[in-house]
Formats: sequence, structure tokens, C-alpha cells
Amino acid sequence: MEDHKYSTGQLYALVALRLFVGWHFLYEGIIKLYSPSWTAKGYLLSASILKPFFGWLASGSMSSVVDVLNIGALVVVGVSFLIGYKTKWASAIGMGLLLLYYLAHPAFPGLPQGPSEGSYWIVNKNLIELAAIWVIMVFPTAWAFGVENLLAKNKTEVTN
Amino acid sequence: MSNDKSNFGKWSRRDMLRGLAGIPVLGTVWFAGARTTVNAKKERQQLLETLNINASPPPPTGPMAGDPIRLGIIGFGIRGEQLCRALGFATTKWLKDMKEAAEKNPNDSRLKDFLAQENLNIKISAVCDIFDFNAQRVIDSFSTNDHKVKRFLTYKELIHSKEVDAIVIATPDHWHAPIAMEAINAGVHVYVEKPMTHNVSETYALRDTVLSNPKVVLQLGHQHRQTQSFLTAQDIIAKKVLGHVSLITTNTNRNDDNGAWQYEIHPDASPSTIDWNQFIGNAPMVEFNKEHFFRWRKWWAYGSGLSGDLLSHDYDRLNCVLKMGIPDSVVTSGGIYTHRDGRNVPDVLQVNMDYNDFTTGTSQEEGKEKGMTFVYSATLGNQFERPTYLMGHDGTMELGNAVTVYADARSTKYADLIKEKRIDPSDPIYVYDPSVNGTDAVTSATAKYFANKGLLWTYRDGKRVDPTFLHMREWLSCIRNGGTPSCSIKEGFEEAISSHMAGLSYKIGRRIEWDRATEKIIAKPGEDLDAILTENKERVVV
Ligand SMILES: NC(=O)c1ccc[n+]([C@@H]2O[C@H](COP(=O)([O-])OP(=O)(O)OC[C@H]3O[C@@H](n4cnc5c(N)ncnc54)[C@H](O)[C@@H]3O)[C@@H](O)[C@H]2O)c1
Repeated sequence: MEDHKYSTGQLYALVALRLFVGWHFLYEGIIKLYSPSWTAKGYLLSASILKPFFGWLASGSMSSVVDVLNIGALVVVGVSFLIGYKTKWASAIGMGLLLLYYLAHPAFPGLPQGPSEGSYWIVNKNLIELAAIWVIMVFPTAWAFGVENLLAKNKTEVTN
Repeated sequence: MSNDKSNFGKWSRRDMLRGLAGIPVLGTVWFAGARTTVNAKKERQQLLETLNINASPPPPTGPMAGDPIRLGIIGFGIRGEQLCRALGFATTKWLKDMKEAAEKNPNDSRLKDFLAQENLNIKISAVCDIFDFNAQRVIDSFSTNDHKVKRFLTYKELIHSKEVDAIVIATPDHWHAPIAMEAINAGVHVYVEKPMTHNVSETYALRDTVLSNPKVVLQLGHQHRQTQSFLTAQDIIAKKVLGHVSLITTNTNRNDDNGAWQYEIHPDASPSTIDWNQFIGNAPMVEFNKEHFFRWRKWWAYGSGLSGDLLSHDYDRLNCVLKMGIPDSVVTSGGIYTHRDGRNVPDVLQVNMDYNDFTTGTSQEEGKEKGMTFVYSATLGNQFERPTYLMGHDGTMELGNAVTVYADARSTKYADLIKEKRIDPSDPIYVYDPSVNGTDAVTSATAKYFANKGLLWTYRDGKRVDPTFLHMREWLSCIRNGGTPSCSIKEGFEEAISSHMAGLSYKIGRRIEWDRATEKIIAKPGEDLDAILTENKERVVV
């Protein structure tokens, strides 16, 4: 079992962060999963930088693969964070996904911002959520709250 | 903690809580997301079933089999070139330019789309253009080793040459009817550009000519009739989704010289390369004038400004959806405000066409289902996009290359659904958007304007196609397989009379009325409507 010395307050805060991000990912994934006509094509085609790359992702044969991967990644990260299992791996996936979202429509001055409810300059919510996952990655909590807690116990009990 | 042991042996209840508490959260979020989407989908499904809108399939057009149809092109300027491309004939210069454009920008599919177009099994065998440069372009580009395009110096020689089965007329407006009538009387099929005629009396004469030559196929160049969104809109009206439509607003918004018909003057133009007398035709003779020749839309003598050039399109767009026909009366106002460059046609124009008895059906009690005004509002001094709206008691339709329908908050038909919050009047209840699965790389403002009027392209089975191609194909199919094209003499007569009423009201400055029984525009004693309409002056005092 990893040795993490968080105060109770720190642990609660970190678990809350993990659950909230997981909640958000899962909900986004589920909404898309149950909307068969949903596709990331428009988002990708309207990319403001790296157009050839995002255009390739949106192209005929790639587009449906990208949609499945996107939904899959959202659900996997959501489930992982909520139940507390393999959160490090899930963090890596989640950060990768958010980085792609960010790069397609970065909040750079001078680029079109598209419909969004706030005002952003360089840093936007995708980037903030990315940083939040970074925190989740380097301050794991699944050992204290999550399936990993049980499995770890299981292991210790068995090996002991 | 040992007193906290549960039945699960080594795991305490607390362990269980800390280990598994996430799972019910997961279940809840999953369920919430699934329920929201599934319910929303079910609601939409039910709504769509209630509305029952089916984009009616395009009118079937038959095979292009048999001997090639021999075509003559009369007028090969801006539009003539586009029409030939729709027929499968592009100039050498265009092909070269498009190849370069595609090399520069791989997304530029104009050449690819052109090459993928179906072969219409026709032969361009003759051309008549009174500007040497334009006639030569046809000969140079469309002649092959075993077939040379023949040039005729007058349209009459071309029509009577026995070298053509059909002609395409893309001359200035004042030549449309004279050339069309000559051809129809000679048994030659006609595709004529809009507006169908340039004055009132030739509108009747052309109609008589067509009706007495039933074997000849006439198609008027309102290609948007092939646009899928207009076919969808027809179905929306037929299903009475909007209830009683009392107002239609449609607009032209342009703000550049090209949009104001300040076209390029070709360097080769001179009295020796242009047959000036033939350009003038039935217009009053003036000295050779390059501006008149290339920018003829700016003078009533040859064109008719906004009313004939652009209102005619908008009018026909709605006439194809509503079949409202000729208005009972028309009031027009406007002026020359943005382009005081010697033109005598207005550059800001407001046309109000009133239909006293027109109805699209009603959901209300009797007595509230009649009457509609069609407003055309145009400026050449601002290009802010104002969409076309059809405003009904039960709903509003925004009509362009896409169709969006909103329920009206005070609708009778949707009152219950709105009360139950199953319809939100600020969200569309129906959207047809052909471009969601493709990218419309519309660049210039003018291109966007035309695309939204359904003039540049439409979609068939998810593929982008040129409506002009479909429109000409329909014409050729009727020639080969029989049938009447979607924009023939009835539609053309209505388009021409309505446009002329708008022009007359502007010129005379009073309400112009239509006598439905006698099918006549009501003139005051002593008024010569044709002379007034084509007189080369901004306004006419009578
Ligand atoms: N349906 C559409 O979307 C659409 C678009 C553009 C133009 N148009 C219509 O097409 C027509 C032509 O417009 P344009 O922009 O090509 O004009 P244009 O001035 O570019 O071309 C007219 C051509 O006709 C030739 N011409 C003139 N008088 C002639 C005669 N008596 N005999 C033979 N040739 C003659 C001229 O030399 C010129 O080449 C107009 O009526 C216009 O309303 C329709």
C-alpha cells in the first residue's frame, strides 16, 4: 500500500476533486453514448489551429473511430475516478483528451472562441480541468476511497 | 475496528463504504445522463411524428438516352458560361484556373465536382454572341477534332439553321422574350434565363406562343426550384405546420460593387468587336457605350434592377413553396441612394405584394385564415444577412439552404404542447440542414448570399450538387422523355407579371393592381405600361 500522508482535510478535498471530475467526464460520455447522432466532426472541422491534423481526425473513415474513442475515453475516465480504480492511467487518458480539446480550440488571443459562457485568455476550462486531473494524478486517493482500497486490503490480508 | 466487521470477512463496513461508495454515484450519474438523452430523443421523435415532415423526393427526371441533343448557346457572358458548365462544358481557362486552385487548396473540389457530373448526352453545336471575344471562347473551348462549334452572327440565323434542337438564352433581359418566341415558333426547345420577360405585353405574347406550341419544352432559369430545402419547405406548408401565414419577409443585402452590378469592362470591347445594333434591339438607340453593354442591369432599357434581377428569384423561391401566384396589388418604394453613378434603377427597394385571399390553412376559427403580404426588402448598401421568414399563426419558418421551424408562443395548434413544456418556442421544432454532414467552405459574402438562396448548390443523397445542373437536366429530360419542367410558362408568367408590377409601382409611384378575372394589370386611361416600365428614366410622371 502506498504511503500517503494527507491530513483529513487534504484527503477530503482531493477525493471531492476526483469525484467531481469523474462525475463530469462520465456525464459527458453518457450523454454522447445515448445520442447516436452525436459526432465530434463539427468541433474538429472548426479547429482553429493544427487544421490538417484535426481535419484528418474528422475525415470520413476516421470520424466514427474518433467518436467511439472519445466516448470510450470519457466513460472510462469517469468510471475510474468515481469508483477509484486505476486512476493514474485514467488521469493520463483524461489529460490527453483535454489537451486535444484545448488544442482544437485554444483560448489564444485573436482566434475565434466559438460559443462559450465565459471570457478566457489562454487559460480556459479545458486547461483548468486538465490541471485538476494533473493534481488527481500526483495526489492519488483511490487507496483511501475507492475500489483500490478494498483490493489493497484484499492483497494485504491474503499475503499476510 | 474489529467490532465493525461485517459478513464479508476481512472487510469492515467502513472499508466497504470507502471502497464502494463510488459505485452508487456512478450508477446515478449514468442513469441521469441516459434518462435525459433518451427522454429528449423520445420527445423529439414524438414531435417529429406529429409534424410528419418528409422532404419530398425531387421530381423524377428520366434517362439521358438516345441521340445527343444539339444545343445552341445564345449569350455567353457570365451566366452563359455557368450554364454551359452545368451542361458539362467548361472553358479551357476555367479548367486551368480550377486545376491551379485545387493544387493550392486540396479542399477546393470545384474541378472534382465538375468532372464527376453526369454526362447529359448533348452536343454544343452552335453559338451566337454579339461580342467576338465571348463567341470565340465557346468555339475554342467546346470544339473537338471532329466537331467544330458553329458561330452565327444573329440569333435568328442560329435558330433557323437546322443545326440545333434546343437553345439556351443567357442574354441581357430585353432579349429573353424575342429570342424565346422566335425559337418556340420554330419548334426549338428553350432554356431561358430569368426574368422571363422585360415588359408586360411580351409576357402574354410568350405565354401564347408556348401554349400554341405544346411540343416545345420551356424552362425558366430559376434553378433553386431543385434545392432540397425548398422541397422540404413545400412539405412543411402542405402539412400545415405553420398555420395561416400572414407575412413573408425576404431580402437582398449586398454591399460591394460586384453586387451592385459594377461588372468588369472587357479590354477587347469596341464597336468593331461588339455588334452594337444587335445589343440595343428593342431598346432606344444610343451611341456605343461599354458601360451599357457590360453593366446593362443598371438601366431600365435593358434590365430592371432589383425587381427583375433579384426580386424575381426571391419571388419564385416562395412561389415554388406556396404557389401564391400573382399578387392582388403591389406597392414599391425606394431610391438611388448608394450608387449614384448614372444608373436609373433603384439600389434600395421595398416591395409589398398583397394577397387578399391567399391561405395556407388555419388552426383557428373561421375568418382568420385569409390574406398575406409578401415583403421584399433590398439594399445594395449593407450586407448584414437578413434571413427569409414565413410567419404563420402557429409557427415561423426560416428558409434558406437550411430550413428551421419555430412554434409560435401564441399558437393554437401547439398550445397544449407548449403548456406541457414539450415545445419551447425559442427552440426549433424542426431543422433541415443539409450541410451538417459536410463542410460548406463558403468564402465570399456574395457566394454566401447565393448559397443561402439555394442558387449555388443543394444536396442529393448527402452529395453536393449544382441545382443549375439539376434544373437543366430536368429540361433535357422533358425534351427526351416528355413532361413539363418545374419552372415553365405558368410559373414564368407569374414571375414576370409580379416583377413587372413591382417595377411599375416604383416608376409610377402608386399602387399597381391585378385584375384576376381578366388577367390584366390595371392601367389608368392613357397609361402605356410597357413604355413606362422600359423608359430609360428612374421615375415616370403620368
Ligand atoms: N439564374 C441565375 O442564377 C442567374 C445568374 C446570373 C445571371 N442570370 C441571368 O442571365 C442573363 C445574362 O446575364 P449575364 O450576367 O451573363 O450577362 P452578361 O452581360 O455577362 O452576358 C450577356 C451576353 O449576351 C450577349 N448578348 C447580348 N445581346 C445579344 C444578342 N442579341 N444576341 C446574342 N448575344 C447577345 C453579350 O455579348 C454577352 O456575352 C441575365 O438575364 C441574367 O438575369 C441568371
